[in-house]
Amino acid sequence: MRVRFWGTRGSIPVALTSADIRHKIEQALALAIASGVDSPEKLQNFIEHDLGFSISHTYGGHSSCVELETGRAEYLVCDMGSGARAFGNRIMSRRDGGPPPVINVIMSHVHWDHIMGFPFFAPAYVPGARIRIHGCHDVLEQAFRLQQSAPCFPVDFSRLAADIEFTQLEAGASYDVAGFRVTPKLQRHTGGSYGYRFERDGKTVVYSTDSEHKLEDPAETRGFVEFFRNADLVIFDAMYSLLDAVSMKEDWGHSSNIVGVEMAQMANVKHLCLFHHEPAFDDDRIESVLNETIRLEKLTRTEQPLKITAAYDGMEIEL
Amino acid sequence: MKNMDIRSKTYGDVLVLSPTGRIDHANSEVFRRALNPLIERCSANGQRLVLDLAGVDYVSSAGLRCFMLAEKQAKSQGGAIVVAAMQPVVNEIFEISRFTLVFKTFATVRDALAKVSPAALKAFDAA
Repeated sequence: MRVRFWGTRGSIPVALTSADIRHKIEQALALAIASGVDSPEKLQNFIEHDLGFSISHTYGGHSSCVELETGRAEYLVCDMGSGARAFGNRIMSRRDGGPPPVINVIMSHVHWDHIMGFPFFAPAYVPGARIRIHGCHDVLEQAFRLQQSAPCFPVDFSRLAADIEFTQLEAGASYDVAGFRVTPKLQRHTGGSYGYRFERDGKTVVYSTDSEHKLEDPAETRGFVEFFRNADLVIFDAMYSLLDAVSMKEDWGHSSNIVGVEMAQMANVKHLCLFHHEPAFDDDRIESVLNETIRLEKLTRTEQPLKITAAYDGMEIEL
Repeated sequence: MKNMDIRSKTYGDVLVLSPTGRIDHANSEVFRRALNPLIERCSANGQRLVLDLAGVDYVSSAGLRCFMLAEKQAKSQGGAIVVAAMQPVVNEIFEISRFTLVFKTFATVRDALAKVSPAALKAFDAA
């Protein structure tokens, strides 16, 4: 099973600025000078092995959109944030004259950053394409139609050429979607959000974004630990520091890296992927949060090691 | 765990609280209930408070939340809390959680008292 991240940023898309790129170049050149890079061969080696991710890459700025490869001639994706535009373009480029695509969308909730990519999702404009949008909110269809209504967008939802269906799911029930067993769970977030447990061929992925875990309610914590139990991968909303999550941003509906590690350890998770990055954080800061989270896991490890990564746009995880 | 002992000792106008063991999801609520009356007492008397964490070998997010609630309570009543004598693991957890942005931390209880109250330091040294 392969998971591909098309959008990983929380709340609003962000883009690198000229100043950000200049900063990366300055950092890279200073390190190259210090490392004695003086030939093309040394340069390649330096870029490959000595340059940190936050200098040589970017975590990216698209809002939530995560694809789970189905192994079939259809697609499965979580959320339609701004990353959906690039995802749609990939679908179109892979079509290569074949039949119109079939895309299954699983929606955590309908806040703007999770639906804003849909008006730019090219398959929605393809006659014969089938888009099945699944979610637990009764306002699911209303939200998609509303954002494509005048005066907010020039193309009304009713003019989309694809065959678009909305399917209501219920928390706690399990469904077969594109070969996956899919189980939604209600999460703490303004207006409610839903996490999803995906199981197929003995592998389990949990997509749990826009979820605040307060942990003072043992029953609620136990419920989420069971939801995460033995997952191969948990994609976790780690937008805030713990300090922010329990002080000025309490009840804003997001969690922290520390809570992510604690819950993943309790649930015997194999891989925790930090997701829904704070838009105010630059690449240095996200890398710093990642390194601190890896350190925390080592400090608090009890049984099996927990792998920790920070999601970036374009990242693929093979399970 | 039904109870949690928090040793308390007064030096001058400063109350030093010394919990022990782990403060995690299993006992954070017990810890919070044990801490509350001490914070109230401290604030009511205009005392400042030092959390002596020398005996605490782990604090989870739920435990840190208790510290935050205590700090809010103390602040709302005109009091203040500082943290002292953290073990290295707890110190790192404080840094990773960014709690060091809210709590002033000191290597020892004596260092904390020296900063908070000369009278308390005098009482501590005399004890």
